[in-house]
Amino acid sequence: MAEIGALRAFLAEKADGDLLAWLDQAEAMRRFHLSCAEAEAAILEAGFLPKRYQRNRRMISADQQRQLFRSSVAVVGCGGLGGYLLEELARIGVGHLVAIDPDVFEEHNLNRQLLSSPATIGQGKTLAAVQRVAEVNPAVSVRPVQAAFAPADAGRLLAGVHAVADALDSIQTRLDLATACDRLNIPLVHGTIAGWFGYVTTVFPGEDTLRRLYSGWSGGKGIEADLGNPSFTPAVVASLEVAEIVKVLLGTGTLLRKRVLCVNLLDMEMESIPMDPPNASI
Amino acid sequence: MNRDGPMRITVRLFLSVRVGRFHTKTFDYPAGSTVAQVAGDLSLPAGEVGLILVNDRQADFEHQLADGDTVALFPVVGGG
Repeated sequence: MAEIGALRAFLAEKADGDLLAWLDQAEAMRRFHLSCAEAEAAILEAGFLPKRYQRNRRMISADQQRQLFRSSVAVVGCGGLGGYLLEELARIGVGHLVAIDPDVFEEHNLNRQLLSSPATIGQGKTLAAVQRVAEVNPAVSVRPVQAAFAPADAGRLLAGVHAVADALDSIQTRLDLATACDRLNIPLVHGTIAGWFGYVTTVFPGEDTLRRLYSGWSGGKGIEADLGNPSFTPAVVASLEVAEIVKVLLGTGTLLRKRVLCVNLLDMEMESIPMDPPNASI
Repeated sequence: MNRDGPMRITVRLFLSVRVGRFHTKTFDYPAGSTVAQVAGDLSLPAGEVGLILVNDRQADFEHQLADGDTVALFPVVGGG
């Protein structure tokens, strides 16, 4: 199409080296009647880098940035962990996010939930997710699902998703999510928090790390019922989840597969616990 | 190895399980003791333990310990 040629010529004219400034991306959107996501795709496909991602480029190449933009990640839960997951995944340039949460904000969310503020009390969390991502990285598309994750819906909710982030607060639902991801062949990055503490692990199809981690669970809540959640623990654990997700999407680095990162902010210790097969019974 | 004498068991506690207890400590336990007895001595409610490792391998409360074993106890964490 002549339009693509004209668009590429425009980008080449505006590029500063291989960097494309936001103002020029916005101009491309106007001139060529493109959505922000379409303009972003065109820029990345043409081998340019939106200037926004400059500080990624020493660790994430332009090819990898394109790969992130083509990726889809579901964030199941838009509360403590979810707010940071969405923020960081959007800022690093993951092109498609699915934000799943049935809840509205309540006052007690304010101490830690990044999407919450006094102004958003009563608002649906997924709406806040859409708005925040639109504000910080309009190139990223968010599909909001203002509903609880249910196994029966998994196929539909997670269709086309390359990785799932567990940001839930119900253990049963986490295990259901793990089962669904296993069945749908999607890697799952799990994070969970309570007080000063948390766990992070990555579960690939065929692995049962999450079931092992919860093998002693007999119902109900974990220690979070006693310890609550401060502002920093969800930020730390969610950030660890984002690092894992980026590595899953890019096929790089060393993942937390078959091991659990045990995060202790009270003692400032992080220990990787290998999850080997169980002892043979004697 | 003394099969009927006391066993030296090292107990490692993680995260909230440490609070009011210890990080790592070694105890003498009678031969045939199980993980349940270790947890009981720590006044650890069963419902609070999410994962038990004996010598880095997943085990349960009924697991019979041997001299020189290390028992690691992890809490159930489910918040988000």
